[in-house]
Amino acid sequence: MSGAASTLRDYLTTPTPRSRRHAALQRAWLAWRRLRNNPTAMAGLGIIVLIVLVAAFAPWIATHSPFEQNLNNRLAPPSAAHWLGTDEFGRDVYSRLVYGSRVALRIIGLVTVITGPIGLLIGAIAGYAGGWVDAALMRITDIFLAFPRLILALALTSALGPNIDNAILAIGITGWPPLARLARAETLTIRASDFIAAARVIGASATRIVVGHVMPLCMPSLIVRLTLDMAGVILIAAGLGFLGLGAQPPQPEWGAMIAAGRKFVFDQWWIAAIPGIAICVLSLGFNLFGDGLRDALDPKTHS
Amino acid sequence: MTGPVISVRDLTVRFGASVAVDSATFSVGKGESFGLVGESGSGKTTVLRVLAGLIRDWTGAASVAGHDLKRQRPRSLARMAQLVFQDPYASLHPLHTVDRVLGEVAAIHRLDNPNERIEAVLLAVGLGPEFRFRFPHQLSGGQRQRVAVARALILEPTILLLDEPTSALDVSVQAEILNLLRRLRAERGLTLLLVTHNLAVVANLCERLAVMRRGRIVETMDAERLRRAEPEQAYTRQLILASRGYDRANAAEIAFETEVG
Amino acid sequence: MTDALLTIEDLHVRFDLPTRQVHAVRGVSFSMGREKLGIVGESGSGKSLTGRAIIGQVAKPGVVTATRLEFDGIDLRTLDKAARRKLTGRRIGMIMQDPKFSLNPVMTVGKQIAEAYRVHSNASAAEAKKRTLDMLAAVRIREPERVWGLYPHEVSGGMGQRIMIAMMLIPEPDLLIADEPTSALDVTVQTQVLAIIDDLVSQRGMGLIFISHDLNLVASFCDRVLVMYGGRIVETCRASELDRAQHPYTRGLLAALPRIDAPPGDLPVLRRDPAWMGEP
Repeated sequence: MSGAASTLRDYLTTPTPRSRRHAALQRAWLAWRRLRNNPTAMAGLGIIVLIVLVAAFAPWIATHSPFEQNLNNRLAPPSAAHWLGTDEFGRDVYSRLVYGSRVALRIIGLVTVITGPIGLLIGAIAGYAGGWVDAALMRITDIFLAFPRLILALALTSALGPNIDNAILAIGITGWPPLARLARAETLTIRASDFIAAARVIGASATRIVVGHVMPLCMPSLIVRLTLDMAGVILIAAGLGFLGLGAQPPQPEWGAMIAAGRKFVFDQWWIAAIPGIAICVLSLGFNLFGDGLRDALDPKTHS
Repeated sequence: MTGPVISVRDLTVRFGASVAVDSATFSVGKGESFGLVGESGSGKTTVLRVLAGLIRDWTGAASVAGHDLKRQRPRSLARMAQLVFQDPYASLHPLHTVDRVLGEVAAIHRLDNPNERIEAVLLAVGLGPEFRFRFPHQLSGGQRQRVAVARALILEPTILLLDEPTSALDVSVQAEILNLLRRLRAERGLTLLLVTHNLAVVANLCERLAVMRRGRIVETMDAERLRRAEPEQAYTRQLILASRGYDRANAAEIAFETEVG
Repeated sequence: MTDALLTIEDLHVRFDLPTRQVHAVRGVSFSMGREKLGIVGESGSGKSLTGRAIIGQVAKPGVVTATRLEFDGIDLRTLDKAARRKLTGRRIGMIMQDPKFSLNPVMTVGKQIAEAYRVHSNASAAEAKKRTLDMLAAVRIREPERVWGLYPHEVSGGMGQRIMIAMMLIPEPDLLIADEPTSALDVTVQTQVLAIIDDLVSQRGMGLIFISHDLNLVASFCDRVLVMYGGRIVETCRASELDRAQHPYTRGLLAALPRIDAPPGDLPVLRRDPAWMGEP
C-alpha cells in the first residue's frame, strides 16, 4: 500500500514527465496540493461536496416526497416524523430542502456554462483585438453593467415568462459583463508579453493566439471570479423565486421556500429560516473555495 | 542567391512623435554573423522586431532572404527568419510544455513527422527527450533559452534574429548558449543578426557589427577592428572603454562625452 | 583587520517551504573594515540574501541564524525589530538593482529623500530640503531644484539610481550595501554611477559591500572580492589578483567570460563539481 502510494507520488512529482497527460496530471496535482494546505478552502470544498452528495442521493436522504401534501399536518414544528417541520401544505421541509439542493446546483451549473464562455470570449477578443472591436464590445458591456443585475434579470424573466429555466437564462445573460471586463484586463497584460510576440513570430493566427495562449491564462482568475459569483447567483435566483419569477410551485427552490415561509415568519420561523441558512451555507462554501482556488491556480506562484 | 540575405535601407520607425529608428542602412551576407550594438533606447531591438514582422508600421526598404519584407505574409516570413528573445522566462508560455511549444510550430506550418522533428531539434540544442514534457518552471534559465532556440530552429529558417540572447543568463550559461549558437550556425549555415549591448559577446560571435545610438547607426565596422579597439567614432570608443570594467579615470571622459553628445 | 566594521560568522539563511527546505546561505563568515568589498556569484549563489540578512530584510519564511553578526561592535542578533530598523536605517544603507521598485511612485523624489533624512535626524523641513538638494548635487544631478519636484516615473534609469544613492547616503551611513546597483543601466551610465559611489565612499570613509554577478566589474571596482557558490564563500582574494584565483569555480567563471579582445571561438564551459558544495 505505502509502496504503491510512494510510486504514485513519484509519478506526480518527478521532474521528468513522460507524456502530455503526465505533465497535465502533475500540474493538477500541484494545484491540489496547494489547495489542500489551505484549511478554509478545504472547508469550502467540503461544503460544496456535501451539497453535491445530498443532491445526488436526494431520494435516499429525504424522508418524504417533497411534493406530498398533508393538510392535516400544516405548519408543524420540528419533530421526529418531520425533522424540520412542515410548511403551509403539510409538506416535509427537510425533504424539500434536500431536493432543493438539486435546483440550486442546476442554477449554478447552467449559469456558469452561460456566463463563463461569453465573458471569456468577449473579454479576450476585445483585449487582444483592441481598436474599434474593443470599443464596440466594451460599450455593449457597459450598457449591461449600467443596470442593476436584479432589475435586468427581473425585466428579462417577466418578458420571457416566469419559470426556472428563463430565470437561469436571465441570470446568465446579466452575469457575463464583469467577467468580460476581467478577461479583457487580463488579456491586456498578457498581450504585451514576450511569449505572445513569440507566437506571432512563429506565424500563429490571432484565433490561435487568443484561444491557445491568452484564454488559458485568463482561466484561473475567471474561475475564481465565477466561484465567488456563485453566492450572488444563488441569491439572485432566490430573489427571483421570492418574487414569483423563478421556480414555480410546487418546485422546491430555496428562494421560493423563503417566500412562502414569509407569511409565517413570526409564528413558524423555521419555514423561512431553514432554506435561508442553506443558501448562506452554500454561498459561504463557494466563497471560501473560490478564495483558496485563487491562490492555488495563480501561475505566478509556481514552486 | 548572391545578394545579401538581410538588406535594410533607410529604415525609419516612429512611435508617435518619437523616432525610434532613424534611416538605418545595413546589410548582412549569407552565412554571416552580424552584431547590432547599442545602449537602451538606441533602436537596435526595434530594427530586429521590424525584421521579425512584429512591427509593421515603418518606412524605407527591407528585404529578408531576397524577399521584400513589406510583401511578406507572417507565415512565410516565419520560415525565413526566426527570433530568439532576450528573456527566456518571459518568452515561453507558462502553461505550455516544451512539447506543446514545439508541436504548435509544427502544426501551424503543417510540418511532416512532427514527433521526429521535435526530438531532433531538442537534441540539436542539447536537450534530451526527458525535457520534452516539462513546463518552463521545471527548467533552468539556460534550458529555457535552449527551448527558445529550438522553437526558432524547428522551421529550419535561414536567418536567426537574436535579441540579447544571453543577457538574462549567468556567465557560465552564457558561454554554453554562445557555443551552441556558433555550432548551430556552422552546422546549418545560418545567418545571424545579434542585437546586444555586450561588446564582448559580439567580439565572440560576430564578424561585423553596427553601433547604434539614438536610432541612428553611427558606425559599421569589422569585429577585428573591435578586438583591436580601433573604432572610428568616439562613442564606440567610450562603449569599449566602459565595457572593460570600471576605471575612475575613464569616468570623467565618458561623462563628458555623453553630456556633450 | 583590527577595527572591523562588520563581522559575520557562520551565517545561514534557510527557507522552510511546504514542499522542501531550501538552505540558501550555508555558513558564510567574513569580516570587513571601511573598504570596498565585492561579493560575486551566479544566480542562486546566496549573494543577495547575504546582503539582505545583514540589514535584516530576509522575507517571511526565511530564517537567519549566525554565531556572530556584529556591526561596529553592536550585536545585531540581540536587537529587537524596531531598534534594528533604526540602526540599519541610520547607519547601513542599501541600494537595490531597480530603483523603480524602491521609490514610492506617488511622492516626488525630493520629498522622499527629505523624509528619509528626517526619520533619522531631528532636522527641520527647511534644513532637510537644503541637505537633500546638496545631496542631489553630490550625486551629480545638475538641476537639483527641478529634480526635487519630479515623480519617480519621470526620471531615467540612471538618474533614478543616483536618486536612490542620494537617499541612502543622506543619513551618512557607515556601511553601504549595493546589490547589483548598475545591472539595469547602460554601460556608459554605469561608469558614471560607479564613479559617484566610488567618490562618496572614499570621501566619507564608508564601508561598501558591492554585490554583483559581473566579475570584471567587481575586479575593477572593489578592493577585495568574495566568490560565492551554492550558499558558501569558495574563495576570497584581492580584487587586483582575481585573475590569479585558485578555486576551480572562480577560474571556470573567468574562463567562460567572453573577452572583447579575444578571437572568436568556443568558450570553455564551466564544469560544476558537486564537491564545491561541501568545501568550506
